[in-house]
Amino acid sequence: MRALNRKLWRDLWDMRGMVLAIALVQVGGVATFVMSLSTYDSLLLTRDRYYREQRFAEVFASLKRAPENLIGRIQTIPGVDQVQTRVVAAVRLEVPGFSDPVTGTLVSVPDTHPPRLNTLYLRQGRTLDAGRDDEVMIDESFATAHGLQPGDRLTATINGRRKALTITGIVLSPEYIYSIAPGAVFPDFEHYGILWMARKPLATAYDMDGAFNDIALSLERGTNAESVIEALDRLLTRYGGGGAYAREDQLSHRFLTEELHGLQTMATVFPVIFLGVAAFLLNVVIGRLVATQREQIAILKAFGYSNLDVGRHYAALVLMIVCLGLAGGIGTGIWLGRGLSAVYMQFYHFPFLHYRLDPVVIGLAALVSVLAGLTGTLHAVGKAARLPPAEAMRPDTPTAYRPTLIERLGLQRLFSQPTRMIARHIERRPVKSLLTVAGMASACGIIMVANFQKDAVRHMIDVQYTMSQRQDLSVTFTEPSSYKALYSLAGLPGVEYAEGVRTVPVRLRFEHRSYRTSLQGLAPGSKLRRVLDANLRRVDIPPDGIVMTDYLAELLGISPGEVLTVEVLEGRRPVLKIPVTGTTSEYLGVSAYLQRGTLNRLMQEGDAINGAYLTVDPPLRDQVYRELDEMPRVAGILVRDSAIRSFYRTMEETILFFSFVFALLGGFIAFGVVYNSARIALSERDRELASLRVLGFTHPEVAYILLGELGIATLLALPPGFLFGRLLCGYLTQAFRSDLYRIPLILEPGTYAFAAAVVLASATVSALMLWRKLHKLDLIGVLKTRE
Amino acid sequence: MLGLTKIYTMGEVEVQALRGVDLELYGGELVVLLGPSGSGKSTLLNILGGLDTATGGEVYYRDRDLTHADENTLTDYRRHHVGFVFQFYNLIPSLTARENVAVVTEIVRNPMTPEDALALVNLQERMDHFPAQLSGGEQQRVAIARAIAKNPAVLLCDEPTGALDSETGIVVLEALERANRELGTTTALITHNAGIADMADRVVHITNGHIGSIQRNTQRKSARELSW
Repeated sequence: MRALNRKLWRDLWDMRGMVLAIALVQVGGVATFVMSLSTYDSLLLTRDRYYREQRFAEVFASLKRAPENLIGRIQTIPGVDQVQTRVVAAVRLEVPGFSDPVTGTLVSVPDTHPPRLNTLYLRQGRTLDAGRDDEVMIDESFATAHGLQPGDRLTATINGRRKALTITGIVLSPEYIYSIAPGAVFPDFEHYGILWMARKPLATAYDMDGAFNDIALSLERGTNAESVIEALDRLLTRYGGGGAYAREDQLSHRFLTEELHGLQTMATVFPVIFLGVAAFLLNVVIGRLVATQREQIAILKAFGYSNLDVGRHYAALVLMIVCLGLAGGIGTGIWLGRGLSAVYMQFYHFPFLHYRLDPVVIGLAALVSVLAGLTGTLHAVGKAARLPPAEAMRPDTPTAYRPTLIERLGLQRLFSQPTRMIARHIERRPVKSLLTVAGMASACGIIMVANFQKDAVRHMIDVQYTMSQRQDLSVTFTEPSSYKALYSLAGLPGVEYAEGVRTVPVRLRFEHRSYRTSLQGLAPGSKLRRVLDANLRRVDIPPDGIVMTDYLAELLGISPGEVLTVEVLEGRRPVLKIPVTGTTSEYLGVSAYLQRGTLNRLMQEGDAINGAYLTVDPPLRDQVYRELDEMPRVAGILVRDSAIRSFYRTMEETILFFSFVFALLGGFIAFGVVYNSARIALSERDRELASLRVLGFTHPEVAYILLGELGIATLLALPPGFLFGRLLCGYLTQAFRSDLYRIPLILEPGTYAFAAAVVLASATVSALMLWRKLHKLDLIGVLKTRE
Repeated sequence: MLGLTKIYTMGEVEVQALRGVDLELYGGELVVLLGPSGSGKSTLLNILGGLDTATGGEVYYRDRDLTHADENTLTDYRRHHVGFVFQFYNLIPSLTARENVAVVTEIVRNPMTPEDALALVNLQERMDHFPAQLSGGEQQRVAIARAIAKNPAVLLCDEPTGALDSETGIVVLEALERANRELGTTTALITHNAGIADMADRVVHITNGHIGSIQRNTQRKSARELSW
């Protein structure tokens, strides 16, 4: 069928404008799909390879002090493979040219050989010289935040003594992909860094010669981490063990996992919706495209082409278009995927990137596109082919016009003849009109998601940092101290108000579920730290129970009134039974609260605090920092402003980037739907409109009839579009819930307005393009040929 | 054709197009079906050509029953036995004259070449033109070439000159006449133009869905001699 093939190529060329518009919509869908899934896949693969190559440990524990010869006994725990003991200490740092308080964690590396576990990836400079007490390596995130290079110097307060340190190398560690300061919720690379120092000088400084206070283990294949943890805990309890934990509870890993989980949601839910919308459009548009070829189908049939022949011909036509979109989509997707993966590689500080595109992803995109295109085609071809050719060669029966509802109500006097034509045309083909509206509504909804995230993050910040956590500074102490310590803080010049807090690391258990977190003992009626419910009203913490984040209650499957088992992982490590009295709706973290007095009593420790919240007179802020720096009891200082900045940074660099891409592609889809609908409306009605021109209608009058329908469809699409967007956002907030944060469903009026504006702008551009096309109506042709 | 009836349902209106038609076409003859518009002659032709099915009655092609034929039989019948010429040519706009003919010759047994078919209608000079580059008469001659290229047993023409002026119309009719004479194709030609009737072997008058009368011309005029 060579002649038919030639018809196919020429038809494609003639319809190139529309073919392009259809292909673009598909490019949007397929590219998003390929980009997201390949990015997620690559990150997962890269992380796993990174973990493997750097021998990331599987069980971790910290303790007060244990003799080095305990290793022998630890090694005999069944399932343990490698053991690495370390000395880890909190330090305060001074970075030249940076006045904010900076804290860090010092981690020891063996003097003579590289660590057996959690090996470091040297990015710049050199490793430490054995036995040097003035050399450190620092993690790359911290180095980047301050522009530090090998050879630069830092000052650290090590066990109360100030010491100048030289940076020999910049390194990456699988253990600190995310370094999060104790008590902080989000990484803040400016104010918190990880430093590696030779074991011997570090041990000497902390009186840890021949001893360790931190341990990491790797396991033999197939070993159950739980049993090793139990055995390790039994060994370490008498050395002040704080409870061993598996890799999934390791802070950096957990944070990374949550981040990747968020990405996964974005990378699966969203492209699926996108590809679905694109497929739906493809189906509708192709269906209509074929419908306009009804006469040619009839001619082919009149010559004796079978339905199968005709079906094959149009299937081939559509497959060409689909393949064009698919090829473009896959190409764009790979390009964007590589780019995005590289962005994430930098963001997560992976030493390398292993880009991977699963053939299944391509297969899936191809399958969905081809199916959508083919069903649309075959439906339309089938419809045309079912008619006897004689009937199909006549133009579509113009029979079903009816007076519209408005006219039946007797309101037609209010409307001109052209307006009635618009109304009747919409009513005549309700399904078609509905599909156009549905397409535009989906585009509108998708666009809403991008801004929704911004609204939500702003709201989270607002609630978390102006309503709930109102302190300017949080200070953590090296050890629980008497309440009197608070007075020395409150007495510092520049400190306006101070409140003590007692935090205890715990494992919470209910039935078979458990969760490691910290229990926060707050002052009753605390001014700076407020616990809020879902309606942002203050929740009072009763003297005899725990109030916990609703998300945590959900994780544990516990409701108010039930009794929680609390295993304290500090001091005497009591196991307590405390009733849950209420829940709070916090957006960040998973905390549990009780009154500080109650916590002190349960811990049998008197009036102790191990941290404080401060408000500070802004002009005296630097002075307060300096004063706090001088206090040996102070282990860390968190500044609220920098917490907000780092929160924004984290959100922006991960989720918001995705949102931006989606908004762009959403706009793409909006234009695709509107333009295609309008273009098809024109090709279906050009004869009718030309006839009107012949009858003396002006160009604007004819344009009104055609574009009026488009306008009404656009306006009708907005309310369901808003609804769809809201549902979509609602779904995403559910999908994104993690123990790091829960995004509230907050939609500002601006978000609705922006989505509406994009849809309206697409409609306007399409309308302008049609306006120009209407000038080319063939007035003579309509007189010469039939109808 | 025996007792053929056809009822169209146009939206909410029922139109009885044929009200019991009996007619036989003989091999090699040229029949003109004459009648005013709306008389049912196009419907008759469409049913004859397997483009449409009858509501009642029976249609046979040779000893083949078309009345109860399924889609495949009808397709096969149209592909191998019938050629169509329509009032509005119905060429495929994206194909040249030669390719429009080739669309048909590629799917049938023993066709003539597109070039021969176009030579038969004197269009050998304009074979590589697209429909939009041809005049109405030329387009209709391409349509005739397309219809006769498969060497059909039956050639069915629905108002082939309806959209043409009389001079061009005569050129088109000459092409039909030549095909009928040289190839021996049974030709049925629909028209409301009584002036054309003189070129036929038989003239069938159709009014209001009936056959009014059948008139046999003792002497066929050539198309050249016609005028209207």
